[in-house]
Amino acid sequence: MAEPLKDHSGRPVVAVTGYGVVTSLGQGVADNWAALTSGRSGIHRITRFPTDHLRTTIAGTVDFLCDPETPSPVRTERLAQTAAEEAIAMAGFEPGRSFPGMLFMAVPPVELEWPARRAIYRQAGDTGDAYPRMIEAALRHNDRALYELTLYGNVADRMADRFGTRGAPISLSTACASGATAIQLGVEAIRRGETDRALVIGTDGSVQVEAVIRFSLLSALSTANDDPAAASKPFSKNRDGFIIAEGAGALVLEDYERAKARGATILGVIRGVAEKADDFHRTRSKPDGSPVIAAIRQALDDAGVGPEAISYINAHGTSTPENDKMEAMSLEAVFGPAIASVPISSNKSMIGHTLTAAGAVEAVFSLETIRNGLIPPTINHNVPDPSIQLDVVPNVARAANVSMVLSNSFGFGGQNACLVVAAEPA
Amino acid sequence: MTEVWITGIGLVSSLGEGLDAHFEALSATAPQPVVEEARFAPYPVHPVVRLELDKQIPRKADQRQMEPWQRLGTYAAGLALADAGITGNAELLSRMDMIVAAGGGERDVEVDSQILAGLETAADPDSFLNERLSNDLRPTLFLAQLSNLLAGNISIVHKVTGSSRTFMGEELAGVSAIEIATRRIASGQGEVFLVGAAYNAERIDVLLNLALGGHLWKGAHVPVWTREGEGGGLVTGSMSGFLVLESPDHAKARGAKPYARLLSVLSDRCRRAPGEATENGRRAIETLKPLLGDRPVAVVSGATGAAPITGEERDFLAGLREEGLVGPVRALTSLVGAGYDATFPVLVALAALALSRGAFYGSDDPTAFEGETGDAPERILVNCWGHWRGEGMALLAAAD
Repeated sequence: MAEPLKDHSGRPVVAVTGYGVVTSLGQGVADNWAALTSGRSGIHRITRFPTDHLRTTIAGTVDFLCDPETPSPVRTERLAQTAAEEAIAMAGFEPGRSFPGMLFMAVPPVELEWPARRAIYRQAGDTGDAYPRMIEAALRHNDRALYELTLYGNVADRMADRFGTRGAPISLSTACASGATAIQLGVEAIRRGETDRALVIGTDGSVQVEAVIRFSLLSALSTANDDPAAASKPFSKNRDGFIIAEGAGALVLEDYERAKARGATILGVIRGVAEKADDFHRTRSKPDGSPVIAAIRQALDDAGVGPEAISYINAHGTSTPENDKMEAMSLEAVFGPAIASVPISSNKSMIGHTLTAAGAVEAVFSLETIRNGLIPPTINHNVPDPSIQLDVVPNVARAANVSMVLSNSFGFGGQNACLVVAAEPA
Repeated sequence: MTEVWITGIGLVSSLGEGLDAHFEALSATAPQPVVEEARFAPYPVHPVVRLELDKQIPRKADQRQMEPWQRLGTYAAGLALADAGITGNAELLSRMDMIVAAGGGERDVEVDSQILAGLETAADPDSFLNERLSNDLRPTLFLAQLSNLLAGNISIVHKVTGSSRTFMGEELAGVSAIEIATRRIASGQGEVFLVGAAYNAERIDVLLNLALGGHLWKGAHVPVWTREGEGGGLVTGSMSGFLVLESPDHAKARGAKPYARLLSVLSDRCRRAPGEATENGRRAIETLKPLLGDRPVAVVSGATGAAPITGEERDFLAGLREEGLVGPVRALTSLVGAGYDATFPVLVALAALALSRGAFYGSDDPTAFEGETGDAPERILVNCWGHWRGEGMALLAAAD
């Protein structure tokens, strides 16, 4: 028998054997990939709720799975379920049977939302302060289903039930890096030999009015409302913020040898993972980029490769002035002048920023890029930023032989997470 | 599993700040809780002791950027780092990994209340809501609502800048945080971690959530084991517990001594059909049996008072006692309250404290279930069943 395949550090190789995705572009890998590589935008006017008085009235919401009134945690769960079903089927596990592995889920924070809050208020008496009255009403009605929507572990718990995953699920948040962190936790568990496989999901269905207003108040969102499809313009000189969006990405990660032994198709490997926290500011990166630079370098080290091995970069590329500048600067620091010839594109130019889901969604697209030899473009790239000297694959997809991808994810709270995604080892 | 050392503890609750205050309060013959009954009457909470924030969060600008749960956690994290002797150790902090368990979502109750009232008379309620939220929400409040911003603040204030991860999901998140840190250390995926959580109970918006779930205890505070007859319920407590976890080699190399050795952390979940949590607990005990030692282990319980799960936990522990596996049981949640994500880190910290002082805690349990305090414990089992989901267990041993 051949020696089991180990990575450069003697650890088990972590294979990807299935993946699934939902974004504003559609449901499923095939539809998303077709749209993404034809340069189509999923950004549109918000119709889920009235947008009077809002500075931003566009988003990449997923409107085809749930009614507009659906509470965010329910939509978040539905997105996750849809992506996970596709991933599990692709990996060759029977639908409806227990998934023989652990569950790691990136989920958005939850809270009582305005329609529910208002309904409780209207059931309350009409004297005294609002919250004490609402407590009385809540005790009378004892709406446990609504209570569960306020629990941060609820979505993952329901997914654990649905898919029969093993053990206690992990619900996590590292803000806009969450999807990448979920993958990292899965990779680490398989490397430790704790589980042969893991279902990892990043999901976010939390676009509701207060969420939009909160990001607006931090001046994070684009206000280019006139032409929604043109609003997300990563790395362009006229970029003016990100587009809030929804989606889910799910991956089945497996110990490579176990996957081979059961005859699974190896779709790629997660070769390197790294994280580095920033201590500079709650929403801004350290000006010298050192935490982002460290995260990229550590991911390459973890993968056992140098920057020259990277054939494509799936950018965080949010289209905010700050992120894109910092990301470009940090990549230059790691790659040197060679960065000018490494293609890099931002899926967010088409799907917007899927927040908690982004790292997982973009890992799925990174794998598709490798498997199809086609790089999705950065659309809306009409006014290049002279301070950003990157090959952003402007506007049109490009055929290329891609064997290894660096996928970046950065988030508020100093979160920097990088993945190295690669083709099946030869 | 290779053992992991607890080399630093940061602890804040209604009982006080730091290890001495907690040991003094809990080792009394009949320890008494600190309860705030007036502020949210008729719903009692355990209020956090007054903190001099400047001691651990020196910059006022940082304090202003946080809401109470983040200040509490950032403060306790600072205590843990100082206790481990690594405050300001830039080299170590830059590679220290962090796992925080957190909820979040503190609301501006004033703003909510005004909007709720205004919505009733607004000509166009949707438009009114948008306008008021746009004008009245403080931009920085959002940063206090994001779960991962406790970890973010700890990085900023204390310079912990290895990896930073935030787990969510009530009591289970606290269990998973310590479990995964422990597994990573034991397998060589890290050497030194800061792990913990903070919970601010003094929030009427979370009391509303508890009321929705039928979990809000009303009236005078009573210990958790006696609440079942009244339908059960939680008395939440403000608290924060942070631990510095290290591989023994890493700790020895810098001359650090352990409070206790963490032998194992286990977790599982179920839908809570009657007996399911007990099955999970049984399975965990079977796994731990070879590590339990040759005399009954003392138990620290995180029973929340929620019904019927608190009764099921009591029966589970009583069964273990009949088999001679466990000795005295202390539901420290009767004294510090239910702390959601923070419960397990706080209980593990208190278990380590008891082991390090060579004495277990007193009890004021009217049901007499908790049992005599007994001799110095060699091992302590921490049993933490979430009020809704999640069954966690840790086994700690005294340092050699």
